[in-house]
Amino acid sequence: MAEMDTSGGGHQKKGPGVKKSKKLSTRVDLTPMVDLGFLLITFFIFTTTMSQPTAMKLFLPKDTEKPEEQNKVKESGALSILLGNNNVVYYYEGTLAPDGSNLKTTNYKEIRNVIIDKKKNTKPEDFVVVIKPGPDSNYKNIVDLLDEMTINEVKRYAMVDLFPIERQMMVATETGQPMPAAAQPAAAQPAAR
Amino acid sequence: MPKVKVPRKSTAVDMTAMCDVAFLLLSFFILTTKFKPDEALAVTTPKSVSTTPAEQKDVVMITMDDKGKVYFNVSDDASPEKQTIIDEVDKQKALGLTADEKKGFLRAGSFIGVPFSQMKSYLKLPADQVAKVDKPGIPVDSANNELQVWLRAAQTAFKGSKMNLLVKGDNQAKYPAFKGVLDALKRNDLLKFQMITDPEGVPPGTALYQKNNAPRGSQPAAQ
Repeated sequence: MAEMDTSGGGHQKKGPGVKKSKKLSTRVDLTPMVDLGFLLITFFIFTTTMSQPTAMKLFLPKDTEKPEEQNKVKESGALSILLGNNNVVYYYEGTLAPDGSNLKTTNYKEIRNVIIDKKKNTKPEDFVVVIKPGPDSNYKNIVDLLDEMTINEVKRYAMVDLFPIERQMMVATETGQPMPAAAQPAAAQPAAR
Repeated sequence: MPKVKVPRKSTAVDMTAMCDVAFLLLSFFILTTKFKPDEALAVTTPKSVSTTPAEQKDVVMITMDDKGKVYFNVSDDASPEKQTIIDEVDKQKALGLTADEKKGFLRAGSFIGVPFSQMKSYLKLPADQVAKVDKPGIPVDSANNELQVWLRAAQTAFKGSKMNLLVKGDNQAKYPAFKGVLDALKRNDLLKFQMITDPEGVPPGTALYQKNNAPRGSQPAAQ
């Protein structure tokens, strides 16, 4: 594309001793400059729009001590999801068996099927998911789970602290030890959202 | 017969006009872009399917980094509120901050990442030093939840106007830190807040996906 007008100079000579000064064209090829321009434009377009973060709304319940204000959870419709270490998820339906026999292990990919299954098999007004993040779970796990609630349109869910017995059972499953003898049965949880 | 001479046209196009346009657009984008301020807190937020954009104005932001340290900052457009907050905290905790030290909080992009005991020396630091010093974070454990004080001050400052509470957490932040933040929010009766996330597509086949892609006018399927 580069044009250099060299017809004026070069090999032909007008005559002996006559030196004609070269006439160079003033036209410059602008293609690379256009390329560069558009490259920078694309860069700026991408950096402006890609960094727009989104926000997830969360409404907390008010902590209340009065039992009549607490939300009751039907045992049959409850699905408790325990978030453990290293992205492991534990879950159980209803109440936790004293020997921990209904505590099941899964991961963040499979938990969706568990939620969908439970949702199908329960009356909508009874269905509630209780999320119990363990001390070793991280923020990503919690957000993932809350997101899972949105994805599967779970209307009622609660975030509750782990009971000591559940913690022990989680540790026992992790280390492969026998289940600790249950001290107290896990009661239905307050503070639903 | 004389041959018809087809004039040979040059394929070179004059690029000047295109170049003009390109650089006009370029200057437009450069001038309109607001670069993300160089964040002293490196936080990788988790992904969610939420599509609501995060609020940008009148923001009270609680940040949790990967170690679970908690930081507090207020967006720069709310400078009168910032002044009220630091005055309020100063009064509540009797920190005895001078006007000069308060400027450490009032300047653009400032954030608080230390307990009250270190507040005086922390606010004295020049802006370029803040990122370098070791910050222990605001204590949020149940015995000494200092974030609660900050939030109460923020609540007082934003009285009558809308305050956008944002929680920005790192993927690796542990649950106890988040719980501390939740406690601080609950104790102030701040029950509505937003969590900053990165956008993510809705997985196909799920309930939300079906709802989003349902044909117009059709009734949602009974569940």
